[in-house]
Amino acid sequence: MSQATTKTQRRVSWFEATARQRLAALLDPGSFTEFLGPAAREISPHLALFSLPAQFDDGIVIGKAKLRGHEVFAAAQEGRFMGGAFGEVHGAKLVGLLRAAKAASRDAVLLLDTGGVRLQEANAGELAISEIIRAIVDLRTGGHSVIGLIGGRAGCFGGGGIIAGCCTRLIVSEPGRISVSGPEVIETNRGVEEFDSQDRALVWRTMGGKHRYLTGGADCFVDDDTAAFRAAAIENLAGRTPLTVSVLEAEQARLKARLRRFGTAKDGSEVWQALGVTNPASVPGMDTEEFLNAVRAVRESADDAR
Amino acid sequence: MAIVGVVASGNLEALFERTDDESACRVEISTAAHGFQPLWEAVLRDFVARGAGGLRISINDGGARPDMVALRLAQGLRLMQGPEA
Amino acid sequence: MPGKNWTTQKAALAERIEAGGRYATGKLVQPGDLGEFFEAVLRAGDRVCLEGDNQKQADLLAQALAELNPARVHGLHMVQSGIVLPEHLDMFEKGIAKRLDYSYSGPQSARIARMLFSGKIELGAVHTYLELFARYFIDLTPNVALIAAVSADRDGNLYTGPNTEDTPTVVEATSYKSGLVVAQVGEIVERVPRVDIPGDLVHFVVPAGKPFFVEPLFTRDPAAITETQILTAMLAIKGIYAPYNVRRLNHGIGFNTAAIELLLPTYGEQLGLRGQVCTHFALNPHPSLIPAIEAGWVEQIHCFGSEVGMEDYIAARPDVFFTGPDGSLRSNRAFCQTAGLYACDMFIGSTLQIDLAGNSSTVTTNRVAGFGGAPNMGSDPHGRRHPSAPWLQAGKEADDTTPPLLRRGRKLVVQIGESFGAKNEPLFVERLDALSLAEKLNLELAPVMVYADDVTHIVTEEGIANLLLCRDKDEHEQAIRGVAGYTEIGRQRDRKMVERLRTRGVIQRPEDLGIDPLDADRNMLAARSMKDLMTASGGLYQPPSRFRNW
Repeated sequence: MSQATTKTQRRVSWFEATARQRLAALLDPGSFTEFLGPAAREISPHLALFSLPAQFDDGIVIGKAKLRGHEVFAAAQEGRFMGGAFGEVHGAKLVGLLRAAKAASRDAVLLLDTGGVRLQEANAGELAISEIIRAIVDLRTGGHSVIGLIGGRAGCFGGGGIIAGCCTRLIVSEPGRISVSGPEVIETNRGVEEFDSQDRALVWRTMGGKHRYLTGGADCFVDDDTAAFRAAAIENLAGRTPLTVSVLEAEQARLKARLRRFGTAKDGSEVWQALGVTNPASVPGMDTEEFLNAVRAVRESADDAR
Repeated sequence: MAIVGVVASGNLEALFERTDDESACRVEISTAAHGFQPLWEAVLRDFVARGAGGLRISINDGGARPDMVALRLAQGLRLMQGPEA
Repeated sequence: MPGKNWTTQKAALAERIEAGGRYATGKLVQPGDLGEFFEAVLRAGDRVCLEGDNQKQADLLAQALAELNPARVHGLHMVQSGIVLPEHLDMFEKGIAKRLDYSYSGPQSARIARMLFSGKIELGAVHTYLELFARYFIDLTPNVALIAAVSADRDGNLYTGPNTEDTPTVVEATSYKSGLVVAQVGEIVERVPRVDIPGDLVHFVVPAGKPFFVEPLFTRDPAAITETQILTAMLAIKGIYAPYNVRRLNHGIGFNTAAIELLLPTYGEQLGLRGQVCTHFALNPHPSLIPAIEAGWVEQIHCFGSEVGMEDYIAARPDVFFTGPDGSLRSNRAFCQTAGLYACDMFIGSTLQIDLAGNSSTVTTNRVAGFGGAPNMGSDPHGRRHPSAPWLQAGKEADDTTPPLLRRGRKLVVQIGESFGAKNEPLFVERLDALSLAEKLNLELAPVMVYADDVTHIVTEEGIANLLLCRDKDEHEQAIRGVAGYTEIGRQRDRKMVERLRTRGVIQRPEDLGIDPLDADRNMLAARSMKDLMTASGGLYQPPSRFRNW
């Protein structure tokens, strides 16, 4: 009996799950109504020109659902299709969802898993990013929350990193990475001396979930577990931060202070040292509980400034 | 309706939809990999022989191997048959 | 024979020791003096064992040997487990070495093929490990052995640490037959943590100043395991491990067996198999076995060698592993190969090609990868006499007419893989590439990894073929075609015969075994990442940096 219980309680990895599996695990069972689902076949009009295969949902699943009885609008990117990148349809679906949330006066949850803008439809993708940012700001100034959840294969890069920065709250797990320029982009532009993208541990020390949580880039750090993401999403939906000019000014001040304090650090571990983490080298090896206990007192406070 | 898999290297997505015609199974395949028609036909012939009437199956292929195709088809069919008692 | 001198070899050894001693202080030879030292102790045409296998390497000694002047040292006959480092072949390129008897050549497999073809290497034979070790004591006894250890004291007592591997065998064959033994060591210490090799068998010691090279060959990242591999692994567990009650076994190093290891604590537990299967292993310390060990599946494991990063974990689990008084692993390739051959009831491993008869090979037309130990594991030992349930059951299935008391048992030799492998190459072929290679190189034997008459089962994602139950050549061939998926071989099956074989249980499909394709999901794996493995070990396993994603 106890073995059966253990089995049913087995952790389901967020990192491993598909966009659809994440939504199914995050939201109240059976509550999700998809908009423009795969049967609508609303595929990218551009990929065929490059002899690239399309996906019926263009790599993003959108719809409305309930999260512990509370109606929300939800979107999940599929990081394994084109690296979760924003194309024309993909972006338009997210813009539409956010506007629908505003019209319906509902909060939104964004399951981000993206390398940024899709190269094959870059103009449409870049436009979509700016429309998404505007829609998020509109939703937030209207008093609603936008919760970002990051812990997928593609991480959250490029325009996705900027969108993450606009969210009310960010929930991240260790495998999750958040940045605007990705490791390869930095290496290509600034040289391997600046950043060695092959050094996996370095990538995680500077962009990974633990680092982002430590520096206040994310509000909540959870296990790579769909149940943990659900619990955190419920908790973070409860607290509201209305977006106002004074909030933005306070954030600007904090970002300046952060730059003064850590601007010369060459590695995430130097930032952790400066923050006062007792044994920075041991941070990557810690499990979630150990990590939260070790850093709770010293981490930078998280607010909208990321 | 059921959907299995994602369009990624060596993978595919298959969309399963019900149709009214119980005697036929319609399959549409979109793939960038050319020259594998006999293989697709062989995989689909076996699949259909197991009873896939009344289905429309649409596949977006990311260059999946036949074993992956067969697995995804089996998974989709299982989902269309509903949860096990 | 009156007047015959019976001590020429002892005299020759004394000469070598005296000549080498001119470059030594006591037994210590400095790395910078290795060139002159080697010229002093080596003779043209010497049979030399340069230690190195698929894991550890006497890398410093290999470099020094490859830098010798071929005018002074040439025509050596290398008798060694592994051709792995570039230097191993450089010395043939330069003429320092001429003849080769070996076992394994993983990373150098393409270059060795080119050199064999161009005549740079005079090939004796490609052996299995155990076979080569055996010949060290009969007709390939080394004149000189160049070995590697972790540390030495000034008397030459050696500590080989977790990677003892081939060292005791090489030293035994060389030193007791009046050969010269030279060891490179990471450091010289006052007292070695344990004496793996007694100092009186070791003539010279070279302080390398760094540890010998070890390849993490047995580390498989769970993140790379596919759903098809999971399905195939489930078939093996439910269709072979469970019905035969396989407790004593050896696993190959591929992703298929890694998937099996990671399914034991989940799928295996669901099937109620803990304690019933996989309790005793002849196996390297695979990191992917950690979750099963932690869940109490495994009683004991004897190891050929160690694995990078597993040292602390092994030292903390002496009830499972063989460890010395110092606490660290004691591995021994010769003993473990023998254990795998005689004391295991099953070998399961992947291969690159299987032909219609069931012969399998990891050779492709341009690569001579050698055998390593797989053919020892993957063969039915006719010298075996002790009974066990799986062995008797397999014997009965193969032969239902001989009276039980006279019937030989059979070792289960299982080949596992997906019908299409890497780069979409079919696993099943009409003719092994090994045959073309043998023709090209004029070999007397094609390099076959596991012979058809040893293979008992083939497992693919399509199903299990039990070859023991085949009663004639036709059935045998159709059983193989019947699990060959959509390869050419598979598509040319006799469908009616395959269905008949299925009703007899010769072929079993996932649905025949009640395996749900929806369960072929990565969530079934007890660990899905290297980090999971580390966590499962309680932080004791320290994965090499190239496997880290955190």
